[in-house]
Amino acid sequence: MIRFINVSKEFPAGGLALQDVSFHVKKGEFIFLTGHSGSGKTTSLRLIHMAERPSEGEIRVSGFSSEQTSRREVWKLRRRVGYVFQDFRLLPGRSASANVAFALEVTGTKKAEIRPRTQRLLTQVGLSHKSGALIHELSGGEQQRVAIARALANEPLVFLADEPTGNLDERASRGVVDLFFELNAMGMAVLMATHDLELVRRHPHIRVIELDQGRLVYDSEGAS
Amino acid sequence: MGHAIRESVGSFQRSPLLLWLSAAMVALALFVVGLFSIAAFNLKLALEAIEERVEVVVYVRDDARGENVLLMEEELALLPEVESIRFVSKEAALLVARNELPEFREVFTDLDVNPLPASLEIRLRRGSRTPEAVERVAQIAEVYPDVEEVRYGRDWVDRLFFLRRIGGITAGILGAAFAAVAALIIGTAVRIAVFARREEIYVMRLVGATDGFIRRPFLLEGAMTGVLGGVLAAGITFGSWFMVNRFVFELSWIPPLWVGAGIAAGGIFGFLSSGLAIRRYLREI
Repeated sequence: MIRFINVSKEFPAGGLALQDVSFHVKKGEFIFLTGHSGSGKTTSLRLIHMAERPSEGEIRVSGFSSEQTSRREVWKLRRRVGYVFQDFRLLPGRSASANVAFALEVTGTKKAEIRPRTQRLLTQVGLSHKSGALIHELSGGEQQRVAIARALANEPLVFLADEPTGNLDERASRGVVDLFFELNAMGMAVLMATHDLELVRRHPHIRVIELDQGRLVYDSEGAS
Repeated sequence: MGHAIRESVGSFQRSPLLLWLSAAMVALALFVVGLFSIAAFNLKLALEAIEERVEVVVYVRDDARGENVLLMEEELALLPEVESIRFVSKEAALLVARNELPEFREVFTDLDVNPLPASLEIRLRRGSRTPEAVERVAQIAEVYPDVEEVRYGRDWVDRLFFLRRIGGITAGILGAAFAAVAALIIGTAVRIAVFARREEIYVMRLVGATDGFIRRPFLLEGAMTGVLGGVLAAGITFGSWFMVNRFVFELSWIPPLWVGAGIAAGGIFGFLSSGLAIRRYLREI
């Protein structure tokens, strides 16, 4: 599903963000990507999403190779990869349903299908009762659920989550993480970047990949 | 395309203030171009009016025979530069002198002999009122044996055409400078509008919208903002012209084609600026 092959990433101004990283994420797998700030977690997710390209090595995501996928074709990959962030990246001034509907509309969903699918997605994340609420009227946890519903619009095979609970209180965090487990149970691979070690400890059966200063220093799959 | 139109109109409805601010910036930029166009157009008309007066006067000898003068008139009329020729007899010349020079009326009345010669006043065609063409006609006329003298005010014609050349070059440079400034302002206005919607662009890229799909509404919006600004500019320019024409001094309004070109330029600048601005955001993710 996702394969990192000796990947290094160097930014002109920021130095080496990743150094010779290799790992493989299987279909339907759930992985915690851990490490301190600046360890390379976000860069890894951006590389999977092809928002960045590796300086060395190759990344393969669901049949797309970083070496062969042009910038013009990258949208095809992104319809298979859902992505959520710590700061949600929702469109302010629009309702929860409008944010989800926007994703459906811009990816070419037929007009007649947008409303029922939006409602279905909001129901899936437990927010059907808040569909008309404006973004600023929602709590952090609810906003993250809207972001997840939006990321689900394309029925992705892989879900990337960059510190999705970073801005949430404990209760909201648990709800969001449980939601990721539900999605994973439906067959979706989930790669969740987090520095919340407590969260990682609570789920000992989940595979953990740890990065430190751009190097892969621990992979629980290899360790076990 | 349906999505592009819906999104453009939707964007106008969501942030009308931004639309009107952008359109106002475009309008102000094109208004300056409009004022300059009025000035340039009226200068052109004034020079053309002066050019109308460019003529070659062929004075005929007193002893010239009528049929020779008629033949000369017919031959000169065949020259491609010549628009028309008017024969002014000695008597007509005296009458004109009496009317146009009243201070010498008595001198002209007491004369026993009419000292003024008959003449042929040659009007030249538009486009043939250059110093070279005037001189060529004068040289051809001078060769006729019945011609006493040929006058066309060489210095005056030279100065007129010098003025015209200077006017043309100045108008060209200033016009290009104003157009460049207008293009920059329109570009900035459209870039601000695109910047205000960078989050939308980000989300569209995030969820896998194609570049073309993302770009189209912005291009349309840029063009619409430019056209709206152009229409506003035409309105303000017309209002300014109307007030000056009515209360200050008489001016001619610019041809409709110029107005149309100004509005179209607004649309094209808006379209291109939007395309350039969106490129940057499309590369960000």
